[in-house]
Parts: sequence; C-alpha cells; structure tokens
Amino acid sequence: MILRGRKVVGGYAEGEALVSPDPVSFYGGVDPETGIVTELGHAICGESIKGKIFVFPKGKGSTVGSYVIYRMKKLGTAPAAILNVETESIIATGCVIAGVPLLDRLDANLIKALKTGARLRVDADEGIVEVL
Amino acid sequence: MYLTREEEGMLAGERGPGVSKAMELLVALGEVFGAERLVPVESAHVSGVSYKNLGEAGLEWLEEQAGLGAKAVIRATLNPAGMDMVRWREMGVPEDFAEGQRRVIAAFEAMGVEPTCTCTPYLVGSVPRPGSQVAWAESSAICYANSVLGARTNRESGPTSLASAVTGLAPLYEYRLDENRVPGKLVEVEARLTDPLDYSALGFVAGKLLGSTVPYFRGLGKPSLESLKTLGAACATSGGIALWHGEGVTPEAENMKPHLAGLEKVTVEDRDLEEAEEKLTCEVSDPVTCIGCPHCSLREVGEVARLVKGKELGRRLWVFTSRGVHAQADEEGYVRQIEEAGGRVYVDTCMVVAPLKEMGWREVALNSFKGAQYCANMGLRTKVASAKQLVKETLR
Repeated sequence: MILRGRKVVGGYAEGEALVSPDPVSFYGGVDPETGIVTELGHAICGESIKGKIFVFPKGKGSTVGSYVIYRMKKLGTAPAAILNVETESIIATGCVIAGVPLLDRLDANLIKALKTGARLRVDADEGIVEVL
Repeated sequence: MYLTREEEGMLAGERGPGVSKAMELLVALGEVFGAERLVPVESAHVSGVSYKNLGEAGLEWLEEQAGLGAKAVIRATLNPAGMDMVRWREMGVPEDFAEGQRRVIAAFEAMGVEPTCTCTPYLVGSVPRPGSQVAWAESSAICYANSVLGARTNRESGPTSLASAVTGLAPLYEYRLDENRVPGKLVEVEARLTDPLDYSALGFVAGKLLGSTVPYFRGLGKPSLESLKTLGAACATSGGIALWHGEGVTPEAENMKPHLAGLEKVTVEDRDLEEAEEKLTCEVSDPVTCIGCPHCSLREVGEVARLVKGKELGRRLWVFTSRGVHAQADEEGYVRQIEEAGGRVYVDTCMVVAPLKEMGWREVALNSFKGAQYCANMGLRTKVASAKQLVKETLR
C-alpha cells in the first residue's frame, strides 16, 4: 500500500509504525531521556516512540514541546519520522529544528489505515509512505 | 508558498546558516498554514526565555543558533527570565538554575536580542504602529499588540519569533489578514467592572467560553491601560485568544460593526466573575503576595508604594516589573518606599516563570488570573483579590 501526503519537513526513514489515536504533547507527555510516553490516561502511555514512525492526529499542549523534539533527536530518542493527520505549529516547529521528517494530510485515514508494528518506508521529500 | 529571489537566496544560505535555518522554519509553517507568501515584520518579541521552561534542550538549541551566527535585523525584545538577573540569590533561586539562565541570556544577546526580560515590551519603548506587521510571542503581549494597539501578529512561539527577528519576515496567514480579524462572538458584559481585577476575571471567563474565537466585547466601560493588559493576559490563558475587540475601546472595533449581525451572543454577569474568583481562591495562611502579572506599569508600582509607605510588612510582598519601569519607579521614590517597608521590587522575572517549587513556595496571593492559573498548575495554593486588598493584608 502506498499513501501520498503533504511534505512539511523532508527526509527519509524506515521503521516500525506506532499509532496513537490521541493527540500528543511532547512537553510533559513524553520522557525525552527514554522516549516513553508518560501522559497518564493516554492511549499509548508506556510505549516508546524512539526510532519509530510515530503516527498521531496532531500535537497539543505547550509550545515548549518543540524543544523537547529537538532534545530527543540529540539524545537519540526521537522518532525516525512523524505522520500527522493534520499537523500544527508545535510539531512542525519541533520537526524543523530537530530535522525529523514530517508528513500530514495523507490520502487515507492514517489512524485506521496504519497498524502499530507495521514496517513503513517514509520518503518525506516525495510525500510518500509505503507499507512494506 | 511564493518566495522572492532574495528570500530564495536566504533559504539557500546566502546570508549564512543561521538565516537559512530560520527561513526553513518560516517556510515550513507558511506551508502548513497555507500562507501565500512572507511579509516584512517591524519588530519581534521573543519568548521561551526562562530556564525553567527551556531546560537543557532549549538552551542547547539557542546556543546552536547563536553559534550559526544569526543576528536580529529588526528590533527584538525578550520575554521574562526565570530570575532577577542581579538579585537571584536573594530570591532563593538555586545556583545551577542561575547558571543555565545566564547561558540563555548570553545566547540571546549574542543574537542581538535586547535582554529587556519583560512581558510588557510596549511599556518600555517597543510600541508597534496600528496596522503594522510584527512577530510577537508571549500570549499577553500578543493580545495587547493585536487588540489595544491594532498591530498584527500571530501567536508566535520562541523559535518562530526568533526566526522572524533574524530574517525580518513572517508567513502571511491568520491574524495578519483582514478576514481573520473579524469577531466570532459577541460578549455582552453586564458585570460591574471597577478594579483591574474585574477585567482580569472577565478575560478569564471569556477565554473559557470562547476558546480561541475572536470576541467583540460590549460594555467594557473606560478601562485603564492596566485593565487592558490584564484582560488580554487572562483571556489568552484560559482560552487561546490572540485578538479581541472592545466597543468604544479598541482601534478596530468600529470597523467590525458590520460583522456583528447574526453573531452568537454570550452574557457575562457579576456571578460569572465571582465564580471564576472562587475557583482560584483557596484558604491560605502565609502566602507570598505577588503584584506584577503582566509586569507592573509605573502607576501600579506607585499604588503599591502609597499603600505601604512608612509602614511595616508582616508578610512577603513581591512586585515584578521591567527594568525600564523600575528605573522610573526608582526616580519617583516608589522602589525605596516598598523596600523600606520590607517588600521587594524585582525585575526580569515573575511568579509565572520563576522556579517557585525549587524556591520552596507553597502559597501565593495575586491580583491576576493569569498568574493564579499558572501557579495553580505548578501545584501552589492560590488566592485572587485586588492589589489594594492584597497589599493591605501584608501590613503588620
């Protein structure tokens, strides 16, 4: 299966999908040291986003979250790429400053079409996501 | 998004890697929000300054940007830091925090951002012209610039306001365009508004009711500058309001009259303001009284001084303001009057961005719904009342 979407930050990544139906706050919601989602009650609380193709609807919470994405990249705990349904400024800013590939507005309902554990190839420059 | 040849060159690195990085961010956000092009901005106000919020992550990013050689090409002011840059030890700020904070300020200074360290740049000389495009972060200052001054800014963040500072540009979308400045709801104010605290409560209620919809207020009376700044601060805190109009008060309100027909209306009564106050007021036994969210104007420092002059305080009273206003208050004798009574007048910081938990604070009394909400989020017990009442309660 191939999905096409909008490039926000270019780059290339391959990895395992982690799909969250809930929006994500990187500030206070993810532990940058480990890459584990820590927000209580969150759909993927306890899961690690490190090295994953992280799929979620959009960001939420404090704009400080942008810096957390940058910090995770430096620590090696950042996702390999992010796919949003419709991104917003916190995630977009974080991905630009950290250099994490980011796509949104794909031609399928991401949250339903992609399953956690699936292997994905993301060519953000071309706006393409391939399920391997 | 359309870029001029010059902008293409900036993106490609013709003016160095710092400018190129900044352009990359502005273009990405422009694409996300469907901006047709970039627009020149006249000033930037940069947030993300307190080491409490930035942490090592933000500090590293700022130092990296400074290392890339990016420099502000327009007037760029800075939001409050996590401590008074001189009297931090006396505030009880830990040494390692102070070290991180000093590095943050040094990075901004290296990039040519003025270390004004205030949320009220418009009180210390950076006053945008009506209709001008600016790139301001800090939600209360955004509200003031858009609503009271009639300038145009989006809700910029630390990285985007800095990117605008070093390029002089911002993507043209949302509140920068006429069509997005029209009100989405009519707020009929039936509550009695006398003290600035009433305006703070009104803003808090409006933000809760409206989210990020642009309000058109009717019945604001004749608010002082202090009431206008605290109204905006509160509605940006409880909601995401970046722009409001006030009939007979704000510069764009008159032009919005044709857009009022058919707008949904909400009414705010005394009871609503009282309820808001009750929510942020609990039993406190020995709170630190904080006046200065947003940073005090000269008049506000003067009012505190008149209440405590020649008297002795039985509790801690901290006044927060900008260096600019502090200098004027010093000349008027206000600072001496407050400090001789036992109070403190600190600059560069406030109760929202200082590391209160590390400083051992448990209770705080304030005349600001914004300040109270942030302190409550930090786990402190809060009390909200007028400045006059709070200051009187600190007297022995």
